[in-house]
Amino acid sequence: MSNLTNKKIPSGLDPWNTLRAHTDARIGLGRVGDGLPTERLLEFQMAHARARDSVHMAFEPNSVRDQLDGLDHTILDVHSAAPDRPTYLQRPDLGRLLDEDSVAALGKHAGDFDVAFILADGLSARATHDHAANTLKLILDHLGESWSVAPITLATQSRVGLGDEIGAALGAKLTVMLIGERPGLSSADSLGCYLTWGPRRGRSNADRNCVSNIRPAGLTPKKAAKKIAYLMVESRKMGLSGVALKDNSSNPELIEG
Amino acid sequence: MQTGAPFSFERFTFPDLKTLLAKASPLRSGDLLAGLAASSDEERVAARFALADVPLKQLLSEALVPYEDDDVTRMIIDDHDADAFAPVSSMTVGDFRNWLLTDDATPEALKHLAPGLTPEMVAAVSKLMRNQDLIAVAKKCHVVTAFRNTIGLPGHLSVRLQPNHPTDDPAGVAASILDGLMHGSGDAVIGINPATDSPEAMIELLKLIDEVRERIDIPTQSCVLAHVTTAIDVMARNAPVDLVFQSIAGTQKANESFGITQAMLAEAEDAAKGLKRGTVGHNVMYFETGQGAALSADAHEGIDQQTVEARAYAVARKYSPLLVNTVVGFIGPEYLFDGKQITRAGLEDHFCGKLLGVPMGCDVCYTNHAEADQDDMDNLLTLLGVAGCNFVIGVPGADDIMLNYQSTSFHDAMYLRSVLGLQPAPEFAAWLRKMEILDQNGRTRPQLDGQAAQNLLAWSGAA
Repeated sequence: MSNLTNKKIPSGLDPWNTLRAHTDARIGLGRVGDGLPTERLLEFQMAHARARDSVHMAFEPNSVRDQLDGLDHTILDVHSAAPDRPTYLQRPDLGRLLDEDSVAALGKHAGDFDVAFILADGLSARATHDHAANTLKLILDHLGESWSVAPITLATQSRVGLGDEIGAALGAKLTVMLIGERPGLSSADSLGCYLTWGPRRGRSNADRNCVSNIRPAGLTPKKAAKKIAYLMVESRKMGLSGVALKDNSSNPELIEG
Repeated sequence: MQTGAPFSFERFTFPDLKTLLAKASPLRSGDLLAGLAASSDEERVAARFALADVPLKQLLSEALVPYEDDDVTRMIIDDHDADAFAPVSSMTVGDFRNWLLTDDATPEALKHLAPGLTPEMVAAVSKLMRNQDLIAVAKKCHVVTAFRNTIGLPGHLSVRLQPNHPTDDPAGVAASILDGLMHGSGDAVIGINPATDSPEAMIELLKLIDEVRERIDIPTQSCVLAHVTTAIDVMARNAPVDLVFQSIAGTQKANESFGITQAMLAEAEDAAKGLKRGTVGHNVMYFETGQGAALSADAHEGIDQQTVEARAYAVARKYSPLLVNTVVGFIGPEYLFDGKQITRAGLEDHFCGKLLGVPMGCDVCYTNHAEADQDDMDNLLTLLGVAGCNFVIGVPGADDIMLNYQSTSFHDAMYLRSVLGLQPAPEFAAWLRKMEILDQNGRTRPQLDGQAAQNLLAWSGAA
């Protein structure tokens, strides 16, 4: 609070600065009259600009495809029924449905798989560009040979529910969707992971397990992958996902077991 | 209770009241999402012409959700005060708008009228009003409540200090409380959204706020915004509960999706009143609402977003709350797309609440996927200040690091008080002067190196 317009306190010795150590909240910003000092004003605008750019950034499936180079899996592009970003933002129902071309494309690859991985833009294409491929590779490293893996899909204009359509179309017992989360002011690149056993239209959030805040400054992709792999193993063992599937991955005995 | 007669204007017909209200509503994405919006601008205005001719009495007799199916409808009809309604009972919706704008509709007349109005009546008339009408009429509605201070007096603006922290860390919460107090915020309530909804977490946070409040004798109230059942639980364990919080909505089905019943709210109000912790008044409930809440729970019963929101205020009204606020831009662009829609909704909600006699505040806010920014928030905040809004939200730097959305800041509240000459709640303003936070001109200009400030700092070091 060195700017808090009290000239008697020398800059740098302001005792109120110590409060900032306790929280990431924007405290001790200082004041100019009733307003924010210029630097603080612009810091906020930059954070908001980054968050907005993440929401509106066009998803580039090819950039994710390039990062997956070397994996021995078929990779398919799919698109939701929301044709563009403005429609996507106002019609979450369309973001949960596949467009016709995608239904046809997935139909050609239908089979009987243990798991389908979906890398999806959601509300932050930036999160997906930056962390989805890496997280997927780390998950695959944890999985044994016993998993039959469906073609990997890269989904544009997608909501979480789109994974149910994709998983059902491919004939997968479980879907693992890595999707960009709604950006916060200080977390524009946060990825979420949703696991859904028995994917089909009409699944609700209570049927899923979620691992959230996957980003280098949050839950690191490495730690997230371990957690997700654990949940996958347990989900297959129990034949379910959702509230009945508890995340005990921090218990080392259970992981070894 | 359906009369079955369609409403019409020129070539447009509207089969029932629910459809008419929806089609008359100003455009918003939530009504488009629900398939309820007018299909053209012309149809929208035609619906308003037809709505203007509907008698207010018909809005009382034709329930939007059947009486036997919905406890909110039952509450609206059973609690209606026919004597209070009498002065306007022969008016149409259009007449009612005209009357509200005349000098006959004095603050006193509006206060007596409130128990005679239903959510459907106030929602209907709001749809015929421009933004300036919503402001002008709301400004005449004075709804004053009290607990340890007095909120809602004309010429005053209170602030909820919202010191949220992603892990409920006591030192982090305390630091934000201190920052808010030094900016003159906190007279509406010091209210924390807990990261974990558990009795233990709630008790710990309540004790934290209660300690600072008692130590430096702040005339304000605290609230931890856990579920009402959690609050009932901790009150039974003698936790220091000032206000009981709950999110509410405008249909029974939506309230069930929040896990609440009217009996729970009544039980909580009784329990909190029984603690007798208020000093200048005994309003003990705090409710939040927001357009889109019912639709997002798939519980809107085919009612448009704004009308079903107004029905939530009838629920609030029953429990004599200290504070009610709409969280107007929180829910996202699929319900309120941009700054224009958020602004309109904020003014509608404030107007409808006030006309029904509810102590209305507003969380002026937005998310990063909405087409809105700080400029839009400045506009709505200023308009609500002009309209006489009871309170707004104060979050450090407008950035809620727990709920991941942008609200208004301590600075924003200082700006609003300054440009409109608004004062904090009188008891709280006296305390701010004593703490050398308000200067002799009533502006927030804290003396950071004064003894009062050092005492505050010392407390936070201990937290």
